[in-house]
Formats: sequence, structure tokens, C-alpha cells
Amino acid sequence: MMNTKIKIFMLVLTLLSLCGIISPAFSAEAADDQFQKGLTLLQDKSFEKKEQGIELISTSGSPKSYAVLSNVLEGNLYFTKSGENFVVAELDGGDARIKDILTDEDLGTVKKRDIKKITINNQLRGTLKAAIAQLDLTSPDKNIRLAAVMALLDNISPESVKPLEKYLKTEKNSDVKEYLHIALALAGLQDSSANKRLEALGTLKGALHPAVKNAVQQLLDKEQDEAVKHKAETILSSIEVTTAWYGKLETIFFGLSMGSVLVLAAIGLAITFGVIGVINMAHGELIMLGAYTTYVIQQLMPNNIGLSVILAIPAAFCVSGLVGIVIEKSVIRFLYGRPLETLLATFGISLVLQQAVRSIFSPLNKSVATPEWMSGSIMINPVLSLTTNRVTIFIFAILVFAGLFLLMKKSSLGLHVRAVSQNRAMAKAMGVRAARVDALTFGLGSGIAGIAGVALSQLTNVGPNLGQAYIVDSFMVVVFGGVGNLWGTMLGGLTLGVANKILEPWSGAVLAKILILVFIILFIQKRPQGLFPQKGRAAE
Amino acid sequence: MSLLKPIYTDKPGMILLTVLTATAVIVPVFNLAFPEGHALHISTFTMTLIGKYLCYALLAIAVDLVWGYLGILSLGHGAFFALGGYAMGMYLMRQIGDRGVYGNPILPDFMVFLNWHELPWFWHGFNWFWFAMLMVILVPAALAFVFGWFAFSSRVTGVYLSIITQAMTYALWLAFFRNEMGFGGNNGLTDFKDILGFSLQNDTTKAGLFLASAIALGLGYVICRYITQSKLGKVSTAIRDQESRVRFIGYKVQNFKLFIFTFSAILAGIAGALYVPQVGIINPTEFSPLNSIEIVIWVAVGGRATLYGAVTGALVVNYAKSYLTAAFPDAWLFGLGALFILVTLFLPRGITGLLRKKEGQ
Amino acid sequence: MTMIESIHPIFKRDEVFEFLKPEAAPSLNLSSGVILYLEGISVSFDGFKAINDLNLYINDGELRCIIGPNGAGKTTMMDIITGKTKPDSGSAWFGQNINLLKMDEPSIAAAGIGRKFQKPTVFESHTVHDNLELAMAADKTVFPTLTAKLNSEQEDRIAETLKLIGLQEHPYNYAGSLSHGQKQWLEIGMLLMQRPKLLLIDEPVAGMTHQEMDRTAELLTSLAGEHSVVVVEHDMDFIRSIARKVSVLHQGSILAEGTMDEVQNNQKVIEVYLGG
Repeated sequence: MMNTKIKIFMLVLTLLSLCGIISPAFSAEAADDQFQKGLTLLQDKSFEKKEQGIELISTSGSPKSYAVLSNVLEGNLYFTKSGENFVVAELDGGDARIKDILTDEDLGTVKKRDIKKITINNQLRGTLKAAIAQLDLTSPDKNIRLAAVMALLDNISPESVKPLEKYLKTEKNSDVKEYLHIALALAGLQDSSANKRLEALGTLKGALHPAVKNAVQQLLDKEQDEAVKHKAETILSSIEVTTAWYGKLETIFFGLSMGSVLVLAAIGLAITFGVIGVINMAHGELIMLGAYTTYVIQQLMPNNIGLSVILAIPAAFCVSGLVGIVIEKSVIRFLYGRPLETLLATFGISLVLQQAVRSIFSPLNKSVATPEWMSGSIMINPVLSLTTNRVTIFIFAILVFAGLFLLMKKSSLGLHVRAVSQNRAMAKAMGVRAARVDALTFGLGSGIAGIAGVALSQLTNVGPNLGQAYIVDSFMVVVFGGVGNLWGTMLGGLTLGVANKILEPWSGAVLAKILILVFIILFIQKRPQGLFPQKGRAAE
Repeated sequence: MSLLKPIYTDKPGMILLTVLTATAVIVPVFNLAFPEGHALHISTFTMTLIGKYLCYALLAIAVDLVWGYLGILSLGHGAFFALGGYAMGMYLMRQIGDRGVYGNPILPDFMVFLNWHELPWFWHGFNWFWFAMLMVILVPAALAFVFGWFAFSSRVTGVYLSIITQAMTYALWLAFFRNEMGFGGNNGLTDFKDILGFSLQNDTTKAGLFLASAIALGLGYVICRYITQSKLGKVSTAIRDQESRVRFIGYKVQNFKLFIFTFSAILAGIAGALYVPQVGIINPTEFSPLNSIEIVIWVAVGGRATLYGAVTGALVVNYAKSYLTAAFPDAWLFGLGALFILVTLFLPRGITGLLRKKEGQ
Repeated sequence: MTMIESIHPIFKRDEVFEFLKPEAAPSLNLSSGVILYLEGISVSFDGFKAINDLNLYINDGELRCIIGPNGAGKTTMMDIITGKTKPDSGSAWFGQNINLLKMDEPSIAAAGIGRKFQKPTVFESHTVHDNLELAMAADKTVFPTLTAKLNSEQEDRIAETLKLIGLQEHPYNYAGSLSHGQKQWLEIGMLLMQRPKLLLIDEPVAGMTHQEMDRTAELLTSLAGEHSVVVVEHDMDFIRSIARKVSVLHQGSILAEGTMDEVQNNQKVIEVYLGG
């Protein structure tokens, strides 16, 4: 609380300074002077003096202000006892490698006792954060400026108007401008003139930031003027409608995201189960192997997280695919035509794989780092932002699906697979090597499971039980979509994901899952062939 | 006498019943009659352990009845077992009375802990033993009946059926973890004190429970044997082998499946109810899909469609489990996994099938 | 298409009194002398019309042969009569008042329609005796089945049938160990144990020797009269030896109907079999 108050105070101060103190007459030398004075104050033992120093530096307009303040905040800024140099130091035992912060000059290695750290306390930490935020408003990066304006929206007062107007003149970016207008309008709501308030409300129409909603609500609570009141009500309800609409959109996004994970997990199964009629209970563990492959590759190249995830995709495909082929060649081959036995044997394999992973890696969960280009979120508007990793995985799922679909429809392997699945005897008679096709199909399905594992490693922790959590769900998706139908799997997965997320706020996560399971149990009983059944004699 | 014909013509079954009777007499007597330290003393721990195995054996018979004789690979019998267990657990919970940690005479401890003020409606009646026993039978039966009615009348068979039974188990598993369900959530029901007024800590009570398990297993075996040897048993195996043909000679297949499936669920429920007072706890892990599939492997190891094979399998696998989890904790899952693979690949008729073959030669 | 000639005397109705058929909800009414009506039946699989506006009437006590090239819809027609497949349109009545389209396979079987499959399907892990016992007309609901015990009369019936189908030597052999021809006979035996009013027989002599064929022909002719029999068969010699009336099925509908000679001289039939 304390920190935010200070932050706001400092921001207002900045805005004031922007229009007042930093007048055109304010010369460069004076600014430099102020900066130097601030630096000197930082050396002082008294925290009060340091605070003054921080204020001077932050308002000096010096290009080095940001570097100095952020280094102080991180505890990296030292000054040399000998000279007057301010340095950034990297400690190494008793030695310190130092670099001048003002000139970026490397000053070599000195003894640790030769330099002194600029210490801070909690209150100063708050002041520093606020000062850095105010510098953000003048940052060349528009995103930083935008974030700074948004932070301002929650605590706007009539005093903010002048600096904001001043700042608006220099701003070029339309997004930042829009929020500056909103900030001004929020200030306008507090104006004594009803007309001004009405005008401000006009500007606020369509704005979705939660601060706007709060401000309009507050206005409504104490407003006397009927016209203003009426307008405020309309705006509030329109905000609520829009927010609710975006809320639904967000739910659908989460649903699609969950659905895409289900599709990834299930699509390999759709191949092994649907196309060659084999129940592979170890499918979940093949997913787990893919996730562990990602983990291992990341351990091998810890400095290159982004690349490691990309490399993990083919690697996981190979690892899981090979394991799949081994399973097919050693166990499943002997059990064709006995689906229930296959179910039991592959369940045994799943237990062995789980225990193997437990013995090799430890039973504890491992966390896999997310590359930078997958972290953060894409902000559509203040009430709707999509997390980048989920968006990436959604696109990835679509790509995998498309690739697989093309493979099945266009390649000769796909042709053989379909031939074998439709009429084994006939395909054999036509010279298709059915045993080889079976092994390859199984390997392909398993490889896709490995790829799903890479995606999952970006969403959850990687552990020996990872696969178990997905096996029932995956089967449900395949069965729901209709066995042997890739489109069905896709549609089934996405539908179940969205349905689950729609139910969740109403019933809670666990109950939503239970309801979905119950629904599928009933659904299978009504339509045992799934959404897209194979018809006719061939289905029997 | 003709009613008993299916029993005395069944040689392995007679051996089994004889061994069971001997165990039912010897174990409790040796436990109670000989003091600790005596060479013939059987420890209470061992007795309870064997009692537990007997419950598992009854459960295995239930699975064999639907899998071996009807061709339904149920991955849901763990759930029926657990439901029977919970019904018994609820009775035992109510028997605690005000001896719980919070001393509430009506509400079990976990409800007091959750700040509940009233007993949920479905807990009423469980203070009566007869009511609880009725529920031990009715709850699994009702679930099996409703589930089976839907599944069998829409002719879901084979792998699909297995998967939806697993989904059912999985859904129940998730549900029972929830505190809101009113069954103690994660921790389940435990801290039982006594049953029908006899303290559960008492060796005599434990011996009584052991005897009850042995009798239940014996009766379960005899009844299942009777069913499988009856004309209904023949219809059942006919359904297993040629379902559609059975329809064309005029049998309503779904009714037969429903009868056997429901009966089997009741057996599983009874096994669960006997199991809970002996181990002293029932919690949601009993619903885990792994448990249900493990039961199937007991039957597969012993040899399906023989009943005595199911009993043998349950005893052998569980003994191995107790031994291995104590001696080599890491190896158990490897062992169990390998068992699944090896039995399906090389031993489709199980251990007893192997013995029968030898005898045949 | 003269139906009147085959109206049977009223006394035949005592067949209906068979008390061992409790599930025949409305009892079979043969007052008009026709036991099976198929009218305007169509069914398609994935756009392929397996049965196309099929009309077929079978008289009570008749022995009807149905011939037709592969894919003409013979098996699908049997599937519809026995409740395995539901048609897209049309109606199917058993006697005057039993609507077959509203019933499932067991109810239809209990109402008095028995079927022998093209590929012999017997219960291979049951003995010959048990196969017959299972098929035997009896109360086939769950609990009576559980407590059912064979009485001496029923044992006699089984023994009789065993003799009839030539398997009296091996009553306790597993059905799976029988030869193809023996399985065919066993299935016919099972059909007889059901005591149906209408027998649908799909390719009964496939895999049989000439001697066996003659016996089958003899058996089927003896069944007609008391039962109605519909035989689907490819073997023309066999058909000739038993046929009174023949229907030719082609592309899902009846192409021609009449005696064997009439049909063989029918121009359309010749085209389909030779020209097509």
C-alpha cells in the first residue's frame, strides 16, 4: 500500500515537473548539475538524504537516470572509496569487477573493500520503484509508456489534468494517446460543472479499463444531476455488457486452449486406436516421455531455452515414436484382434514406463522453462488478454493436425494405413506389407504423443504421472469424435475443452470434469459410433 | 441334492472350499488360543492381512463373473468395491458417536472440521447396522443397474464398454476427492472405533471379521459356481462368444448382462464392506482407475472363467505385492507391469490353466 | 400372386397355442393366410441402396426360395425381418398384427421367426447338447433361465433333434470341433428347437455333400406346411429339388416370382443372370 501511494505521489510529481519545473528555460547544465547533486546525496548515510537524491536524479532528465536508479534498486550500484566513481560491480569472492555507470568504462578488478554499496531500505525501495515508473512515462518504448498511463488511471485527481494535457501534446502513439484521453476524462468526472462531467462521460463511452468502470460507479453513487446520472447509467451498463461479452470470449479462448491440448493428446491415440484398432493404455506415458525429452534437452542447453524447445519437437517425436515401435514389435503384434488383451498388456507397459521414469529422474515433478517468445500475454483490450503460451500451443496443435491430416490423405504411408485399416486381407493381397504398416502407424501415433508431451511441458510440470492425467480424457475425445476420424477428434477435443470451460465457473473445475465424463458416458450409449460414425457394413 | 451338483462335481472348487474352511477355522483359533510367542501363534497382523486377501478374492470372483463368463472387461469394479466400503465406513463413522476428536455426538469429525452444522441427508440411517448393510448391497447394485441399463440397452460392447466403465470410475474418483461430497474428501473415513458394539481393536472382533470374510468368499464362490453352471451360465458364455446369435434365438441379451453385472457389483460391494473394518480406513484412492485394472490382472493371472482361478490370482498377486512392496519398493510397479504383459502374451489361461494343462498331459 | 389358394384351414391355429412362447405379445394372427408382409421396404448404407422398395408376401405353410446374384440384398432382407437392421422406410408385419419394425431381435425370435445364418454360427465353446438346449423354446427371461432344469420331455426333444440332424453320436462334443457340414446341421437343429412359425434359412447347403444336400432338401420340404420356410440359396439344383415358388431378388427388389420354370424363362431374369 505504502509503495503504491508513494508511486502515485511521484508520478504526479513527475507530471508536474514535466510541465512546470522542466520548462524550456531549464538548461542542460542545470539538469546535469541536479543529476550530479543527486548522485552525491546518494553517498550519504542518511536515508532521508538518499531519498532527496533519488528525487533529484529522477527529475533531472539525464539519460543516465534510469540506469542509476534501477541499479540502486537491484543493489548493484557501488561507489569507489578512492575516487568519485559510481560503478556497477560484479562480486567474485573478495574481488569485484567494476564498470563506471556514467561512462560504461571497464575499470578492471578491485578489492571488494575498496568499493562501497549504496544501501537502501524498504521505504527507499518504494520511492525508487515509483521514480522508475515516472521515468517510464518518458521512455522511448511505447509499451512502457502505455503501462505507465494505465497505472495512473486508478488514482486520477483534478490536479493531474494540466500535466496530462501537456504530455498529450508530445505523445505520438495513438494507443497511449487514447489512454491519456481516458485519464483526462476520468479527471473530468470530478469537475464541478455538470456539463464538463457530461462531456467527460462522452469520452469514456466504450472504454473498458476497470478504472473507468469504478470511476463511473463512484460518480453514479454521489451524482445529483439527472442528465449526468442517466448518461453514467447508460455507460455503465454498456461497459458491463461489453465486459461480459469479452468475458465469454475469454472463456471460449480458455476452452479452445484446453481443447487444443486435448486434441494434441488424443490425436496420436486416434491413429493407433482408430486406424489400427489398438487400445494403447501406454499412450499417456508416451506423452510423458515427450515431456521428459524436452526436460532433458533443456538440461543439455540451459542457455538456449528457446532453441531447446524447438529442438525438443523432433527429438520427442523420435523418442516416443521409437518406443512406440518397440512396443508394437514386442507386444502388440502378438495381440491383434484381441483388443481387450491389448488393453491389459499396454497398461502393463504404462506401469513399467512410469516406474522407469521414476527410477531415472526421481518421482518429483520437474519444471521445464518457457522460452521468452512464449511467455507473457497478448493484450487485446483491458479486459481481454491471451497468454502467449496458450495461443502458441493452439496454433501448434492446428499445425500438427494439418500435418497429420495431409500425411494420412496424401502420402503413400497414409494410403497404406487406410488400406490396411479398411480391409487387411485385401491390402495384403495387393502387396501392402501390413506388419510394417502397423508398426509405422503405431510409431507415428506414438511420435505424435511425444510432440503433445513437448506442448504439455510448457503448461504444467513434468512428472511421472503426467500421462495418467490425460489417458482417460484422450480416450473420451477419440470416442466422442468417432473412431477412425481425424476431424472428429479435432472437433471432439475442441468441443469438450470449450464445454468444460463453460461449465467451470458455474460448477467448479472438478465437477465440470465429472459432468463432461457423465455426458460422454451417456453420449456413447446413444451414439456408440461417436459424432462421425463410419456407416454401413464396414462398421461392424 | 441336484442343487449341489455344480459344487461337488467341481474338483478344484472342492479343494478351494476345503482349504478355505480349514483357514477359516485354523487362523482365528491359532490367533486366539495360543499366546503371542507360542510357536503356533498366528499374529493378528497376519490374520488381518489374510482377511484382506480374502476380500480381494471375493472381488476377483465378481470380476471373473463378468469378464470370464460374460466377456465384459469391467474397469469399474474397484468403484463398486469402494462404494460398498464407503457404506460400511459411514456406519462405522456413526458408531464413533461422541468419541471423536471434536466430541460431536452426531457429526463425524471431518464435518465439524468443515464447519457443517447438520448431517447431510444421505448420512441418515447409517447409524443402524441393517440399514448400512442394505446400502452396501443397494448402492453398488443401483449404480451397476443404471449404468448397465444405459450401456447394455444401447449395445455398447467390447473396448468401448471397458473405457466407459473406466470413465465412470474416474468420475467417481474425482468426485470423492471433493470435500463437498460429504464423504471426508481426501482423507476419507477413518478412526473407526467399533462395529455392532465390539471394539475393532479387539483380537476377537478381528477374528470375527476374518471369519465373516472367509464365509462371504465361500458363499460367493458357491453362488457364482451355481450361476455359471446353470442354464443362465450357459447363456452368459454364449453371449461372451456370439452375442448377436444369442439374440436371434430369443434371449434378451441386455437383461442377462444387467442381471450378472448387477449381481457382480453387489459381490464387489460386499467385499468392500468386509475390507474396510479390517484395514480401518476407506478413502478415494480405492476408486483410482489403477485399482480397478489391477483386479482384472488378478483374474488374468489366476486364469479367467474358472472362479477358483480368480481366487488363486487374487491371493498370489496380493501376496507378491505385500512381499515386493516391503522388500523392493521400486520393483513392485515393474513387477506388476511385467505381469500384465507376460500374462497376456504367454499365459492367456493363467496359472490354473497351466496346472490344468499339466494334469491333462 | 394367388394368395387365396394357400389359405390354410382354421384348425392350423392350434400351433398358436404353444404355451412356451410367452413373449409373443399379440399372438400371431394368420386369419388371412399370409404370415409375412414386407411392403415398400427401402434401406441404404452410405448412399448405396441395399434394399429398394421391396414387396414380398409369404403365405402360411409355404416353402419359398429366394435367389439372386451377390449383393442383391438377400442377407439385408433377412436382417430386416429378424430386427438386426431397421429399414429407412416401409413396413414389415408378421401375420396380421405383429409389427416387426417395432421389435428387437429376441422379441422377433420369441414371436416365432427363426433364422439360420449364411456362415454357420453356433456356440463353439458349448457342447452340441447345450447348443440345442439354449435354442430350445422355453421361457427365455432371466430368472426362469437361472432356475431352469431339463425335464424328461425336453430331454426327449433334444435327443430327437440330435437324431434328426445326425449328431446323436456326439452330443457332448464341443460345437467348435464339428466339421463345417455338421455345424450347418447343428444350426438347423437349433432352429428346429426354437419351434418357429417362420424359418429363414440362408444358404443351408453350402459345404455339404450331395447326400447331406438330399437330406436337407427332404427335411425342408417336410417342414413346410406346418411351418413357413424361406430359403435363400445359390445352388440351382438344390432349389429345383425343393422349390414350389421362387422369387428373384435383384438390386434390392423383387424382379420376378413364380415356379422355377416360369422364373427361368423370364426374360428379365435371363438378362440379369446371363446378360448382366
